[in-house]
Amino acid sequence: MGKRTIIPFGPQHPVLPEPIHLDLVIEDESVLEAIPSIGFIHRGLEKLVEKNEWPEMVYVIERVCGICSFGHGWGYCKSVEGNLGAEIPPRAEYLRTVWHELSRIHSHLLWLGLLADGFGFESLFMHSWRIRETILNIFEETAGGRVIFSVCKVGGVRKDISDEKLKDIVKTLDGIRKETAELTNVFLEDVSVRSRLSGVGALTKQDAEDLCAVGPVARASGILQDVRLDGHGAYPYLDFSPCIETEGDCYARCKVRIRELFQSMDLIEEAVSKIPAGDIEIKLKGNPSGEFVARMEQPRGEAYYYSKGNGSKYLERMRVRTPTNANIPALVKTLQGCDLADVPMLVLTIDPCISCTER
Amino acid sequence: MSYVTKSPWIIHYDGSSCNGCDIEVLACLTPMYDAERFGIINTGNPKHADIFLVTGSVNEQNISVVKQIYEQMPEPKIVVAVGICATSGGIFRECYNVKGGVDTVIPVDVYVPGCAARPEAIIDGIVKGLDVLAEKHANMPKSSVSASDAAEEKVKDEDMAIEVRYYGKTAEELDEDIADERVSDAQSVKYYSSSDKDADDSGDKNNGKEEV
Repeated sequence: MGKRTIIPFGPQHPVLPEPIHLDLVIEDESVLEAIPSIGFIHRGLEKLVEKNEWPEMVYVIERVCGICSFGHGWGYCKSVEGNLGAEIPPRAEYLRTVWHELSRIHSHLLWLGLLADGFGFESLFMHSWRIRETILNIFEETAGGRVIFSVCKVGGVRKDISDEKLKDIVKTLDGIRKETAELTNVFLEDVSVRSRLSGVGALTKQDAEDLCAVGPVARASGILQDVRLDGHGAYPYLDFSPCIETEGDCYARCKVRIRELFQSMDLIEEAVSKIPAGDIEIKLKGNPSGEFVARMEQPRGEAYYYSKGNGSKYLERMRVRTPTNANIPALVKTLQGCDLADVPMLVLTIDPCISCTER
Repeated sequence: MSYVTKSPWIIHYDGSSCNGCDIEVLACLTPMYDAERFGIINTGNPKHADIFLVTGSVNEQNISVVKQIYEQMPEPKIVVAVGICATSGGIFRECYNVKGGVDTVIPVDVYVPGCAARPEAIIDGIVKGLDVLAEKHANMPKSSVSASDAAEEKVKDEDMAIEVRYYGKTAEELDEDIADERVSDAQSVKYYSSSDKDADDSGDKNNGKEEV
């Protein structure tokens, strides 16, 4: 029996691009308990609904998180549109789906890079981010921004993508498909990477259910849970089934995200082949007066957007509940009993987005 | 300005940004923009860093963290506020938990605008910061200049005439010491390395003399 020590992890830590603090109670080399404390980047942006009119609020909500920015904007728009009872033109829904899936590819590639950096595989990190730049170029060509591109608005989308451009996007994605396969093969096949990920931090299906894990963390533990199945956007018209793994360890979480990477490319290709012609936005009348909850499948999992209107130009209440928030209990559970050296891996494989969590 | 020919290392802290600027800071280092080819490394250790990149505004919770990182960095150092949130609070300026830009806590040398700041702008900001870094280095009081820098300057000034001190001894003293050591070394070598009786005898004789 060794002596118990508390090691602080974060908020400023080399593997963390964002601040989260964990107090790790360790004995010898293994972690007995992890006590998370958050709140380093709480801004309180939900309160801004009282100062911004509801069509303007979308700019604030897009800045909940810079990585899944488009999805947040879409979630908010969906919530207010539901409040107003608005029907969105199908072309707008398809375009939103394309942008959202592109965001997922960019987010997963970013995460793969950070994971590689976390276990010290620097060149893999560089290659992931090199491929990711292709997606950012597509964003810039179609919407004008690299990470936060404010193209979603309540009632539709702000910009149309021409059919030629859509075909170009598919061509570009086909171009990077081979490179991405080469990259992800290293994650899945390389002996040293596997030994770092396999069997580390396993989360059982029961635990994942009890702790309400969401997104790839839940899917890696064998839970069929994906909001895209509920049929929003263009997903009901696309051939979609969630990627499920059963092991629940870091390797499974990595594998789920890699499979989703290619699935997103397929979804974009299918959406482009089926996209209808027509309007990209509708004119909205009146102000939101009811309550509405919208759900979105973000790259990190399920997110809720609640809006409550009172008939005025300002919403009464806006609430966002983000996937990392839901995954922190699962993280704390997997940290119990792991080796100190595996802590960065475990923290990274839930794909923490602290900016989302604290808003 | 010889100082800026060295590669500056950066340390990055996310104040309360939305991640947009953070991932753009990292994008600066990755192959598309590749600031690493100039030896600019994103380090996790404040004691290794020359440039402090802060993204996002400050709040009550992270003021102490930002201050600590800043204080731990060795002089000379510069602070680059990346993005509009770090500059003034930006879109979150009116939020109840946002105290404002980074300059409310620590002195900022370069402001990089943008939401999110583009990698080109961030690189531009760092390059601007290098001039400030060189200026700060030139204006530093001599006492706080590090030992290696002082030695380097002396080399230039006095044309290689450096006073070498080894364990507090000057070159002359050291030479004498070395000469002495050589004598004693030669004796000891003679004493220990020889296995024949003569050497042992001489050793015994010496011991005997000392006793006398």
